[in-house]
Amino acid sequence: MTTQQYKKLLPAISGETRPYWEACKRGELLIQKCQKCGKYQFYPRGFCSHCWANEPPQWVKASGKGKVYTFTVTYQNRSPGYAEEVPYVLALVELEEGVRMFTNILECKPEDVRIGMPVEVVFRKVTDQVTIPYFRPAKA
Amino acid sequence: MDLRRTAAIVGVYEHPTRYAPDKSEQLIIAESIIGALNDAGLEKKDVDALFVAAMPPGITGYGMCDYLNIYPRWVDSTNVGGGSFEFHLSHALTAIAAGRINCAVIAYGSTARSGGVAVGTGGAARWGQARLSPVPDSFEDIYGTTTVGLYAMVAQRHMYEYGTKPEQLAEIAVAMRYHASMNPHAMYRDPITVEDVLSSRIISSPLHLLDCCVISDGGGAVVVASPSLARSTRKKPVWILGVGEGIAHQGGGWRDLLEMAAYQSAPQAFAMAGVTHQDIDMCMIYDSFTITVLLTLENLGFCKRGEGGDFVSGGRLRIDGDLPTNTDGGGLSSNHPGMRGIFLLIEATRQLRGDYAGTPRQTHARRNRAEPPYIALCHGTGGALGSRHSGGTVILARD
Ligand SMILES: [Zn+2]
Repeated sequence: MTTQQYKKLLPAISGETRPYWEACKRGELLIQKCQKCGKYQFYPRGFCSHCWANEPPQWVKASGKGKVYTFTVTYQNRSPGYAEEVPYVLALVELEEGVRMFTNILECKPEDVRIGMPVEVVFRKVTDQVTIPYFRPAKA
Repeated sequence: MDLRRTAAIVGVYEHPTRYAPDKSEQLIIAESIIGALNDAGLEKKDVDALFVAAMPPGITGYGMCDYLNIYPRWVDSTNVGGGSFEFHLSHALTAIAAGRINCAVIAYGSTARSGGVAVGTGGAARWGQARLSPVPDSFEDIYGTTTVGLYAMVAQRHMYEYGTKPEQLAEIAVAMRYHASMNPHAMYRDPITVEDVLSSRIISSPLHLLDCCVISDGGGAVVVASPSLARSTRKKPVWILGVGEGIAHQGGGWRDLLEMAAYQSAPQAFAMAGVTHQDIDMCMIYDSFTITVLLTLENLGFCKRGEGGDFVSGGRLRIDGDLPTNTDGGGLSSNHPGMRGIFLLIEATRQLRGDYAGTPRQTHARRNRAEPPYIALCHGTGGALGSRHSGGTVILARD
């Protein structure tokens, strides 16, 4: 898929977040763990927002499994790319490691999504430069 | 330092327009300021401070001074979203108490409707720019977040945790519309029922069209004065008893989504005011969506967490109910020009002054059903409940 075909918004990738997006291309979901206070954080940052330690947090591979913390089925969004895809599921997924991330729930009818539903990460290459993590119902 | 009654609202003006394709945001602000000064019996020369916020891309504080042709000694363009004006009042109180200023104007104007801005459902492209920041936009907006969606996710979680029903959220919209039916300037004035709300189309589940605020043009202004100046103005002063500010966000990925900024701001305001929830005669609660009102009432402490659904039922928020709320019809039915916080202060002031005395719009103070209310609480929310937002609580009282 080329940028021309992909009409939705693309992430802006900075030095602070590049390891995350590079890992997505390899099919890995990275989160961060502080070397001082030991807490996980998401979205990624170049420092630990929990304790403001001098050392930057470590990138660690998440299991990619989690549960739907909450969601909404979106029926109206006027932005190009999204307008064509309604209804779609916008969700907050709580990873096994505890942190929550925004995502879409794919490979599932919107009306079948429930809070607490087990989900797993799935990656979609949307351009040559960008691969985005989504979630789908966990395979038993 | 006791800040109670160290500053008062002495003039207010709600711009009557709901559609103003021939006006700029700046002109709506200027007309609102002039209206509020007329209400107070004050003039341009009396103003020594300007507090202003606007929708993106946004006018600046110094740019607005240029347009208004003023040289204030205090300029504050704090922008924390729709509830910025409750923060402005908090800052104006502090500046007046410190003796730095005597007379502040807080103002807002917007052409969100005639400008065709899809505030709630436009997604990231609603301001015309679709370039995301590396954090946090690139981890959120790519998934198609909308303002409605970010509130809907909170409503969904509340329903999951506490069994809150769509019918209960709908009661809020019905009460606001009832109030709007008495407000000649309100955008929508035909009464609605719970059934009407539930049968309106779903914008972002579980929120229906009628769970969402309107999009209008409009603006307003509030004049805040020191006690000495307040005693010489045209109308009875409405005193600031207490203020509080708070911010809620994702907390590094861990935040409890049902804990709002109001949970932080309300105790500050109640402690400063030295009053309890039982003393509050009426509320003005930012109603971007029905869930905003329900969750704010819980976080302000009017009911326990999870009990908001029951609390808003049975007409409690109606003008003739136990806790009259959004007596102008709110953002759900009267007006919502992008940001609405200024109107909370304006309507509370009109109620406390008894501007509606003898009309159906007069709320009935809990302690004396024949008189205007004594104490009002305003709470402004800015941003989005599902990601990050601000909350400003203000407690006002008449003499
Ligand atoms: Zn740390």
